[in-house]
Amino acid sequence: MKTSSVIARERGTDLLTVRDLHVEGFSDERWHPIVRGVDFSLKRGEVLGLIGESGAGKSTIGLAAMGYAKPGCRITRGSVLFDGVDLLSMSEARRRRLRGSRIAYVAQSAAAWFNPAHRLLDQTVETAVAHGIASRGEANRDAVELYKRLQLPQPETIGFRYPHQVSGGQLQRAMTAMAMACRPDLIVFDEPTTALDVTTQVEVLASIRRVVEDFNTAAIYVTHDLAVVAQMADRIMVLRHGQTVEEAGTRQMLTAPAQEYTRTLWAVRKLAKPEIEARDHILTIDNVTAAYAGGVKVLSDVSIRVPRGRTVALVGESGSGKSTLARVVTGLLPAMSGSISFDAQPLPLSLKQRSKDLLRRIQMIYQSPDSALNPRQTVEEVIARPLEFYLGLKGEQRDRRIGELMHMIEMDESFLDRLPGELSGGQKQRICIARALAANPELIICDEVTSALDQIVQEEILKLLIRLQRELGVSYIFITHDIATVRAIADEVVVMHQGKVVEQGPKTEILTSPHAAYTELLLSSVPAMDPDWLTGLLAKRKRQGTLDAAG
Amino acid sequence: MRLNPVAKTVLQRLGLGLITLFVVSIIIFSAIAMLPGDFAKATLGQSATPETVAALQHEIGLDRPPVERYFSWIGKMAKGDFGSSFASRTGYRRTVAEIIAPRLYNTMFLAVMTALIAVPLALGLGIVAALYRNSWFDRVVNTVTLTTISFPEFFVAYMLAFLIISRDTFAGTEFAQSLPVWLAISINWTLNVVPKFPTLANINDQTPFWDHVWRAALPSATLTLVIVAHMMRMTRAAILNMLSSPYIDMARLKGMRPMVVVLRHALPNAWAPIVTVVAFNLAYLIVGVVVVEVVFVYPGVGQLMVDAVRSRDVPVVQACALVFAATYVLLNLIADIISIATNPRLLHPR
Repeated sequence: MKTSSVIARERGTDLLTVRDLHVEGFSDERWHPIVRGVDFSLKRGEVLGLIGESGAGKSTIGLAAMGYAKPGCRITRGSVLFDGVDLLSMSEARRRRLRGSRIAYVAQSAAAWFNPAHRLLDQTVETAVAHGIASRGEANRDAVELYKRLQLPQPETIGFRYPHQVSGGQLQRAMTAMAMACRPDLIVFDEPTTALDVTTQVEVLASIRRVVEDFNTAAIYVTHDLAVVAQMADRIMVLRHGQTVEEAGTRQMLTAPAQEYTRTLWAVRKLAKPEIEARDHILTIDNVTAAYAGGVKVLSDVSIRVPRGRTVALVGESGSGKSTLARVVTGLLPAMSGSISFDAQPLPLSLKQRSKDLLRRIQMIYQSPDSALNPRQTVEEVIARPLEFYLGLKGEQRDRRIGELMHMIEMDESFLDRLPGELSGGQKQRICIARALAANPELIICDEVTSALDQIVQEEILKLLIRLQRELGVSYIFITHDIATVRAIADEVVVMHQGKVVEQGPKTEILTSPHAAYTELLLSSVPAMDPDWLTGLLAKRKRQGTLDAAG
Repeated sequence: MRLNPVAKTVLQRLGLGLITLFVVSIIIFSAIAMLPGDFAKATLGQSATPETVAALQHEIGLDRPPVERYFSWIGKMAKGDFGSSFASRTGYRRTVAEIIAPRLYNTMFLAVMTALIAVPLALGLGIVAALYRNSWFDRVVNTVTLTTISFPEFFVAYMLAFLIISRDTFAGTEFAQSLPVWLAISINWTLNVVPKFPTLANINDQTPFWDHVWRAALPSATLTLVIVAHMMRMTRAAILNMLSSPYIDMARLKGMRPMVVVLRHALPNAWAPIVTVVAFNLAYLIVGVVVVEVVFVYPGVGQLMVDAVRSRDVPVVQACALVFAATYVLLNLIADIISIATNPRLLHPR
């Protein structure tokens, strides 16, 4: 099915030709190059994957393909020929007529890119009506048709809801429907599934791929996730620092990348740590139930063991209660019932009842180092605070310890008087790690600490955490939704779903032969670096579905 | 169990508003009780014997303890009885209501008239300024409104009055003589384009409606100049704030015209901050206009209150203060309701 459509697409005529594209962005009072001389072309019905780390300029290129530069950016050089006309040299009014009707855009975070003030249907049909392509009535009927094709639940009525009333995955599909409303020749997909859970991602990817094939729409698919782009794209272009690293057909790119940089990107996901058994448990959680104000129960009857000096990965999708469990362990959200014991001593459930020393022994590292660090404090102040607060270190002792901590996180002391704003994402996360280590903790809760980072940086942070555990014997509770991260760091795995523990056990056992149906679903939804993965998975699920129905 | 969120919030705010009014009434009463001097001594003059003073005090009830007086006042107030002015005599009762009513009507008249001009003007200017931000139009509007808000209102009032008077007097001034003839003539001509608005807004209850509008023109223009800046700047800022949202990029990428982007995509999300500022300025139109009233001798409630304070006519002062407080509470309540009604997240919960 896939292969036949690829052939049909290759016969298509040239739709988009980008030549020598240069884009600059304005920050710190001057213009910086973001894209420096990128060339590519796209045929009708063809899907081109743009891949690279953050800052590679892939989203900027996606927008420039629509002749658009975000506020604070400008296209300085080059041409974008769309169906033979240069988008960059035509008048704004002509560009406006093309946008939405012949070139459409699907954004990463649909929740932010949908206008909260209007119903989904009004936003879906807006372009078709404004460009005079359909009457309001026709557009409404067509929108329902598209909702159906994209497998949205209750396609007849979902359009009357507001963006905040539907789930993230549904919103992402509604946005695809919005882009499809005028049956454009080209759609730019900018990380459309990055913000979604893996099980939802599979459905959205399948829906997107189907409509793009059905309408023979050409697409630019921007993402940082190789496995995802492998399912979607006919060709892949790797970008770095605003320049093309290499470009090739998907299969060739996956099996035989020509450039060293591409190979490192490909290799990142292969980090794996052998699991080690532990002597005893540092933390035992028994039958914990917790709820937020308002009475909504988020955790019910959760029991978990955390082996000393090892890593437990808490895996689950958003809303499964992983982060709530972290709040319960730290005492920020006292459990309603159940008991927790730490180092064989019962742990008071509420933060207020815990001694300062007890607080010191459990530390946390957060997902977004940007919001976890005070932007007004220098690195030195950030690290010194726990040293002074918990350990009462002063003067030379304090400074020596700061030096040691900086050494541990592999940064040099010249960073000490910098502010968080002057550091990269990976460096900021290292500072957060140093701050947690400063308290000499026995247990560190890492809440999605690598999710906001680029893959290569992720790998460095994971390696650092593994090394620190080996040297200091600290235990980790590692909250993540990413199975590759689990493979890299965990000794034991706890799978959570809707506030309950589905399964707990050694990593290899859970990852290779899961017992629970949910774990199986979760694992099978993780995209593989194989272009046939999605097709195969959908076929398999369909087969199982019919089998289930028959049985 | 679950009330409609709008109804719930309205009831909540209404309850809070009543509590606020109650607290304000206590503050008003105690503040006035602490004012030096009393009505009886003030009216009867220096030469009054202690007996006559005591008799008058007894007649108007000033000899009773303050707590008792407060509760009888607030109790009547709750029933809609504003009480009698101290200016009443036996056989000649003047109720506070009948003193305040015509004045309040005048104040409301001026406030509504100004609001009808100023609010659409401010919103329009704000929207256009946001649409063409950093253009000449934007800069001029910003500078002009900033200038008018920077001057004290009485200065603006006198400048407007001066402009009207200059119509007739400009040609004869030394300044006009010193200018080239063509310039003096064109200035004189321009001045004469301005209608000859009355600089004194003397109004009584017989004044016909359109005459009232005509006479209130200058006070209204003054107030407009004072309040437009604040509302216009907030409108502009609120819209510009929205223009950096991703869904605005989306609207542009959908090929929407800039006007549609601002009106359909930015404005609906910007109402909350705008109405708050509008409500604040409308409240000012009712409670803060005393200076403008004095300049144009406009018989509004502000002047009445000042006069009543001077003559120690406590019931009138209290009633005015309470009316002002109620205005604030009511306008803020309306602003809250509009904020909720324009926010689908609150109006249509999941």
